[in-house]
Amino acid sequence: MLQSKSFVKKTKQGRVVKVVREHYLRDDIYCGSVICKVCDTSSARLSSAASAILIIDTNVVLHQIDLLENPAINNVVVLSVVLEEVRNKNMAVYNRIKALCTNAMKNFFVFSNEHHRDTYVKEMVGESPNDRNDRAIRVAAHWYQSHLGGSTQILLITNDRENKKKAIEEGLSAETVESYVRSLEQPNLLDLVVIPTSLDVVKEEFDDPRPSKRKVIYHEHKPMSEITSGLLHRIYHQGKLRVNRYNPFEGYVGSESIGDEIVIYGRVNMNRAFDGDIVAVELLPQDQWTEKSLIVVDDDEDEEDDVHLVPSSVDDAPSNANVAKAFAGSAPTVSSRPIGRVIGIIKRNWSSYCGSLEPMPLPASNGGVAHALFISKDRRIPKIRIQTRQIGNLVDKRIIVAVDSWDCSSKYPFGHYVRTIGKIGDRETESEVVLIENDINSRPFSTQVLACLPPLPWSLSSDDLANPHREDLRHLRVFSVDPPGCKDIDDALHCTPFANGNFEVGVHIADVTNFVHPGTPLDEEAAQRGTSVYLVEKRIDMLPKPLTEDICSLRSDVERLAFSVIWEMTPNAEIISTRYTKSIIKSCAALSYVEAQARMDDSRMIDPLTTDLRNLNTLAKIMRQRRIERGALTLASAEVKFQIDTETHDPLDIGMYQIREANQMIEEFMLAGNVSVAEKILRHFPLCSLLRRHPIPTKEMLEPLLCTAAAVGLDLDISSSKTLADSLDHAVGDDPYFNKLIRILATRCMTQAVYFSSGDLTPAEFHHYGLAAPLYTHFTSPIRRYADVIVHRLLAAALEIAKLPPIFLDGPRLTEIADNLNYRHRNAQMASRASVELHTLIYFRNRPMDTEARIVKMKANGFIVFVPKFGIEGPVYLTSKGDKGTDWTVDEAHQRVTNTSTNVSYCALQTVKIHLEVVEPQPHRPKLELTLINM
Amino acid sequence: MEYVNPLTGFRLDGRRPNEMRQIRGEIGVVAKADGSALFEMGNTKVIAAVYGPREVQNKGQQMDGQALVRCEYSMANFSTGDRARKSKGDRRSTEISLVIRQTMEASILTHLMPRSQIDIFLQVLQADGGTRSACINAATLALADAGIPMRDLVTSCSAGYLCSTPLLDLNYVEDSAGGPDVTVGTLVKMDKVTLLQMDAKLPIEMFTDVLQLAIEGCKAIANYIQEVLLENTKKLECMRGS
Repeated sequence: MLQSKSFVKKTKQGRVVKVVREHYLRDDIYCGSVICKVCDTSSARLSSAASAILIIDTNVVLHQIDLLENPAINNVVVLSVVLEEVRNKNMAVYNRIKALCTNAMKNFFVFSNEHHRDTYVKEMVGESPNDRNDRAIRVAAHWYQSHLGGSTQILLITNDRENKKKAIEEGLSAETVESYVRSLEQPNLLDLVVIPTSLDVVKEEFDDPRPSKRKVIYHEHKPMSEITSGLLHRIYHQGKLRVNRYNPFEGYVGSESIGDEIVIYGRVNMNRAFDGDIVAVELLPQDQWTEKSLIVVDDDEDEEDDVHLVPSSVDDAPSNANVAKAFAGSAPTVSSRPIGRVIGIIKRNWSSYCGSLEPMPLPASNGGVAHALFISKDRRIPKIRIQTRQIGNLVDKRIIVAVDSWDCSSKYPFGHYVRTIGKIGDRETESEVVLIENDINSRPFSTQVLACLPPLPWSLSSDDLANPHREDLRHLRVFSVDPPGCKDIDDALHCTPFANGNFEVGVHIADVTNFVHPGTPLDEEAAQRGTSVYLVEKRIDMLPKPLTEDICSLRSDVERLAFSVIWEMTPNAEIISTRYTKSIIKSCAALSYVEAQARMDDSRMIDPLTTDLRNLNTLAKIMRQRRIERGALTLASAEVKFQIDTETHDPLDIGMYQIREANQMIEEFMLAGNVSVAEKILRHFPLCSLLRRHPIPTKEMLEPLLCTAAAVGLDLDISSSKTLADSLDHAVGDDPYFNKLIRILATRCMTQAVYFSSGDLTPAEFHHYGLAAPLYTHFTSPIRRYADVIVHRLLAAALEIAKLPPIFLDGPRLTEIADNLNYRHRNAQMASRASVELHTLIYFRNRPMDTEARIVKMKANGFIVFVPKFGIEGPVYLTSKGDKGTDWTVDEAHQRVTNTSTNVSYCALQTVKIHLEVVEPQPHRPKLELTLINM
Repeated sequence: MEYVNPLTGFRLDGRRPNEMRQIRGEIGVVAKADGSALFEMGNTKVIAAVYGPREVQNKGQQMDGQALVRCEYSMANFSTGDRARKSKGDRRSTEISLVIRQTMEASILTHLMPRSQIDIFLQVLQADGGTRSACINAATLALADAGIPMRDLVTSCSAGYLCSTPLLDLNYVEDSAGGPDVTVGTLVKMDKVTLLQMDAKLPIEMFTDVLQLAIEGCKAIANYIQEVLLENTKKLECMRGS
């Protein structure tokens, strides 16, 4: 059954090499149709019910994947030559078609035509690879036709005119996507069809919406060959375009070749590039390196700053390095930063986007094709032009739209409608938008995943008791302290005094790895999700609910499996010894922070549990003090807490989250546990430990903080985390909130801590700046973070309880996992913030109010204020929009804005009174507006 | 990289994970040698030439109780196309020579030929992964052709582990994927392993599967080699004219 056939192929890997590979052709590849009498039908996927078997061309997969994912399209043969071409052209689409082919609900069958004896075609002399592949598709279609002997219609779907013509000449039935979808008679499906702009399709089917406006707006992209040689000669620079989240007309390209960021201003210079695209950039002549800094972008579009949550780190904050430097209002200054324009796009980062249609008058004929502009929620994405037949349905909906093409004569890119999420402004719809925008999987767990759960109800088995590696700690007085209503309790503590005055302190963490085994669907799902996501009104779990809330959760009065770190500590909180063990515990109390705090504060309570709490608190205070002396930063964040109506899930009240001593006590022991585990796993696995590091912030990153501090006469020493911590301590202003405000400003200058594999970096880089710890990892929350699951496995292997899963030996794979965890972690945070923003908006919808705010940053026509009570930040305009000739002048050095005529001035960190109100400048687009109340 | 297509289950060259490349053996390709053979596994092609038993060239190495087995492995400069490799005398060749010598010595009844020397020359004409295995198989054929007494036929085959699948008989592309490459040499009738090499780490559970697969491969090769020998013997019979 093996037939050997060698073929010669030329590939380019820097230089031209000749590769000879064997290519086996076989006769045991089945057609995959259940009605076939010749083939083995055990793995057949093509049903007999459908009228025709569709064979799809590569361009159909590449451009119409949204359509293929629709349930209406079924009984499709995907040829291996098509798969291969798709993989080479677009990895994202390849993954989607792969998922379709394995989806049990869809009848997509992969036919290995390249390895079938009868369908393999050899490249003919003078034939281009493209033509050869098209021919291979036709040959395979022929094979199907003769193989199934006319019992089913074989239909070739292609948008390639040439291919279609040849197919019909050869006696095949072939159709374009559009004509096929039309024949299905489901008008809504037609919205999903991408209108091809290439010349492949007969032109008559495509009529330009506005033929009179056909003029070139953007420069033509340079051909790839020119870009490659330009990059080689350093005329052009390559990098990933990042569009400013707060100003979509400004982008940055981090270029390695000039070692600096190239700034790109305006859509014309961005030349149709999207955020995340890999682009080739040409530098503009130096005399054109000018900068502008306004809140409102002077473009013909209505774009402006929104009120948003206070950024929690530098990654969330708008890039404002240039704001600090060139702050001369509307007069452009010559910048030191290189400015360029995009001349070509090397790799597109197009995907689908969430948003809504731009309000427009409904066309008279309902049901006909209408052209509409789509506005993405992500402001970095330009408006997208789509065609739809259901415009009446869509105007007040959140929809998903995918981008297809962007012609240089069109101001906006072309796209197509993918699906509807729900009504705009609806809490559920908007929550889903938040999840989709942050790429968070909120689907229910699959049956394969749920099959990995232990049988319910779970209880401690005799095997667990008999396990020599598992210590029975049920006699200890273990308890947990968590936020009120917490159901996923990962951690519990105990503290037993010794006769010699020392304490035995134990941190007990839910033993998730006892239930989540490496390589199982459950493990893969958890690795993919990376973390649980906490929204205001709900939680999206990383692990299925039985594990999260019951089996793993260290609830009170039930026996649970744990992974324990146990220290012996002196009364001075010096660690004498550390041991790690898997254990069985029985928590005696699940306290909330408030309860724990109340117990400690109430001097009348002298029960053993309260004594333990007090002992722990004393130790924690010493540990905290020591940590701060080492240079750990105490940063502040403006976290807010909602009170949610249990019926409607609408927010009832909003306030700052209060941090108590009890919170800090738990935090301290969790930090200590994480540090101890980090040391242990790194000692055993120096090359494959998963650790967490926090890079030292650069001077540029701290620039905005220094600038503001200098304006109020504060001198911050940023030479090390220790000096910064000290100077933050000394920053006491005339009001009690001043210090916290400075800390909040400092927090947003820091980058986020990241996970990494210890094999990828040198030990000096492992440092955690914020905690001033040389080593750190995450061990204490395995129910809600996958990183902790990995660390649990490492620790178990280090203790020789379990074997190290093979994945740890695969360095690149481990790096990939760490990167995914960082990505998921960041997205989860963004989603939480977006959820809070959404609820803030809902809250203020019916409650306009006046409140106090602090000015944090000056702008040419206003300033940014921070509202401490609600943790939000937003622009306040001093001049009305469009009015460029202002009386206000900005003094950059002193961060002060003064009205020349009235002599009223505002300066940074000053308290102002503002009015908060939700306004709807356009229908269905509510937003929060801040206005200054004159005092 | 998908070395095994997740949708069709085929490897890059169209084989299933447990399929070997096409093998071919031919006896008597070097007229001057006492025994010689050509062995191909897919695009890997090697020639083995055996001289001996003959007088020991370096008297100092002569052994009274047994024959001296020497082995020299080298790759033709043209064997790899653009993948230039040093031939002869480099560390890799020396190591492979030694490995092959030890493997063959385990099968040759050296005590029947004291104070003599057997030379095995192995030349790789085309390399596409699995040269070690191909050399051992060729050497077995050549030794049999030379009429040197052996305990059993030594055959070798490699197996690897990529994309969470054990793969039989890795070719160059799969071999350079960086996964483990287990080369096994067996004495088939005696059911013994005489060679077992692996350069990467592999958990023990998977290793057993991979090893078993490689042993199956060795058995298949042994069957084929027996056929070739039988064919050759028949041919010799014809030539004798009986």
